Amino acid sequence: MEMFIQTLVAGILIGGVYALIGIGMTLIMGVMRIINLAHGQLMMVAMYITFVLYQFLNIDPYFALLVAPPALFLIGAAIQRYLLNPLIKIESIIPENQVLMTVGIGIVLTETIRFMFSSDYKSVKTSYSTATFNIGAISWNVPMVVAFILAVVLTASLFFFLLKTDVGKSVRATAQNKDAAMIMGINAEWITQLTYGLGAAMAAAGGTLLLPIYYLFPDVGGPFTLKAFIITILGGLGSAVGAIMGGLVLGVAESLGATYISMALKDAIGMVIFLLVLVFLPGGLKQLTKV
Amino acid sequence: MHFFETHRLTKAFGGLIAVNNVTFHVEEGEIYGLIGPNGSGKTTVFNLITAYYPITSGTIRFRGKEMNGLPTWKVCKEGIGRTFQIVKPLARMTVLENVMTSAFCRTSNTAEAREKALEVLQFCEMEKKIDFPAKGLTIGDRKRMEIARALATSPKLLLLDETMAGLTPQEQADGVQLIRKMRNAGITIIIVEHIMHVIMNLCDRILCINYGQEIARGTPAEVANNQNVIEAYLGKE
Amino acid sequence: MKSLYAKIAVLALLAVFPLFVGSDYYRHLVIIALMWVVIGASWNLLAGYTGQVSFGHAIFFGVGAYTAGLCTTQLGISAWWGMLLGGPAAMLVGILIGFICFRLRGAYFALATIAIAEILRLIAIVWRDFTEGMQGILIIQTFRSKVPYYYLALGIAVICMLLIYKIIKSKWGFYFIAIREDQDAAEALGISTFRYKSLSLMVSSFFTGLAGAFYMNYMGFIDPEVVFSLHFISIMAILVSIIGGAGTMWGPSVGAFIMVMLQELFRSSFFGYAPSWVSHAHAMAFGVLVILVIRFMANGVVGDWSKITNLWSKGKPAALVTNGN
Repeated sequence: MEMFIQTLVAGILIGGVYALIGIGMTLIMGVMRIINLAHGQLMMVAMYITFVLYQFLNIDPYFALLVAPPALFLIGAAIQRYLLNPLIKIESIIPENQVLMTVGIGIVLTETIRFMFSSDYKSVKTSYSTATFNIGAISWNVPMVVAFILAVVLTASLFFFLLKTDVGKSVRATAQNKDAAMIMGINAEWITQLTYGLGAAMAAAGGTLLLPIYYLFPDVGGPFTLKAFIITILGGLGSAVGAIMGGLVLGVAESLGATYISMALKDAIGMVIFLLVLVFLPGGLKQLTKV
Repeated sequence: MHFFETHRLTKAFGGLIAVNNVTFHVEEGEIYGLIGPNGSGKTTVFNLITAYYPITSGTIRFRGKEMNGLPTWKVCKEGIGRTFQIVKPLARMTVLENVMTSAFCRTSNTAEAREKALEVLQFCEMEKKIDFPAKGLTIGDRKRMEIARALATSPKLLLLDETMAGLTPQEQADGVQLIRKMRNAGITIIIVEHIMHVIMNLCDRILCINYGQEIARGTPAEVANNQNVIEAYLGKE
Repeated sequence: MKSLYAKIAVLALLAVFPLFVGSDYYRHLVIIALMWVVIGASWNLLAGYTGQVSFGHAIFFGVGAYTAGLCTTQLGISAWWGMLLGGPAAMLVGILIGFICFRLRGAYFALATIAIAEILRLIAIVWRDFTEGMQGILIIQTFRSKVPYYYLALGIAVICMLLIYKIIKSKWGFYFIAIREDQDAAEALGISTFRYKSLSLMVSSFFTGLAGAFYMNYMGFIDPEVVFSLHFISIMAILVSIIGGAGTMWGPSVGAFIMVMLQELFRSSFFGYAPSWVSHAHAMAFGVLVILVIRFMANGVVGDWSKITNLWSKGKPAALVTNGN
């Protein structure tokens, strides 16, 4: 029983960070209607930024939260502006050419980082990386708890932005109906850049929060792209609330799976959930809430 | 038994009832008009008949057979063809290829499909445009091609959804001619249309709906003079 | 007619190629290119013609390859049996995927294919007793000479292209393109979109599986990271088609030769003329190529041929429609 609760706690904590990363992808999915297959790779770039700040300038990873996400916001907006938006005007047989473009971007990001840092494993070993405290019999990993709390704060601020500010409302309007939004005078092209930038920044924040606990290598992005993508599907393609639920479900499922089934199959568990959702619940988890 | 009939046809989208208890029947060889103001549920009726939406309640019978639950493509195989209000050309195919695709509904042989398509295109007076890419056609030609495409499936009943909207007066006159020609060729037609003189000219009987409910039915003259219809279109004084 | 002669000439050239080129290295390149002709054409049938974009053709390639490999390691029979069983095995997986995804509209198919390829890769890694895990499957090749493999690859490619050509010109081809253009319209014309999408996927997965079984027999070695690779199988299949011209009959064949050539140029650092770090950058080159092709040549060498020739002779308007010629 204790082990079960311990596993559950670990799952929920990591799930909060997953949710943060997943919301980034969901946002992009909602506005641009594309799956961003460079999502994990953008996160990986942010992790390397954080790593460099720590390694060479001795800047604490949590302070890097003020650097890496804004940097990724700019990179993301530039990607949208110079690589994704121009594709809208090109007529091609394959409708998914924007998705394919993100695959290309993902490869280039990974290889650029490999070129600069080699394939070696890196890590950010802070004084608190392995710190824990106990509540009852359950031990809590300090960086994970901090990551969870910060993820919740960031998610809440994103919701505030989307629900309460004019720009946020424009983003939501564009997600609901792009043509109508444009008629209402919303500059959709600008909104897409903002959205992709925001999505990348959310991924960046997630990556930075994970860094004190995770190993870092150029290929770390791929699995996270898949996780973000599973979360998006779980949440029901474009629902931010759904993505939070999806992130938590994935975190808990992975954690339980790693403890009770097999560590090696941890990554496959998400995929299996994904397939089950696809077969039995194509609208995602939010389909359960509104019958 | 009627050639085609709906009985208490109803469609609800969540709380909104788009089609409410609509009952009507069409006899073989008729041209039947379905009219009503914008958003009154006419196209929804077509989408129910051709199974784009599942029916909430009620039944549809065609030549004695209950059609409820058949998928769209089987409805077509049963002999009900349709056009779309917003035309759906197969854009990167030529006119001939578009019509051949639908001719394959009744044959698997390419030569036969081509022959059928050419025949239909000639019937619709489009034989000069067979090699045009569909996406380059004028709106008039697109609508005509869509009729040709529906005809190539050899329908017994044809549902025409605003085939005259956006056409020039000359094209409209040609369209009326074409619809008459189709009826003479033995095809029963249900027509949704906004252009009144077209409806009044063509139809044997008319059903007028508003907010998804029947408000009048009868011959064109009867419906045109019906107080409910005038109010629905022009508003109450 | 002119184009028919051109095709016969190309085929004749390919048929006599090993007689004049004795180098195993060049023979190997053409064999791999012919394999990619098959995979590219299969992907193109499903995505370019039917509009169902697969991001996971490695599923079928890997299942075909593992079927052949497992024939030897598990059943103790020759991996050549895989040439019979690999296609049907991949097709079976295809039918299952189609059954799940083709009922749903939207991007579900594209998404599911990525996930399923990933699941199969992980299974192949983890289930060591059955698949040998990361160690991969090693068999002894039947022939030392490349020539038998060459003609086998050529035979498969020719049969595959002929069959797909037949399909495209038949009722199925019309139905596939109709589904790509507009699913609602297609249903109204009496087309069961579910059935025809599944048929397209069946043909596509069959030939990709066959190519996988061939790969096992030819290379004598497979492992999960190679045959279930997202980049070097699934995305490569897409690139081969797109660079040649998705939705055109011969585009993927052209694309296969271009892509294999480009990959080899980078892998070999332009045959040693470029500095050696270039060979480490071949994954990078691959990514850059994806971006460039999609940005500037979305319809490929064949589809954008008029655009390419226009670079030299400006002025003529591009042809409007190029359907399956």
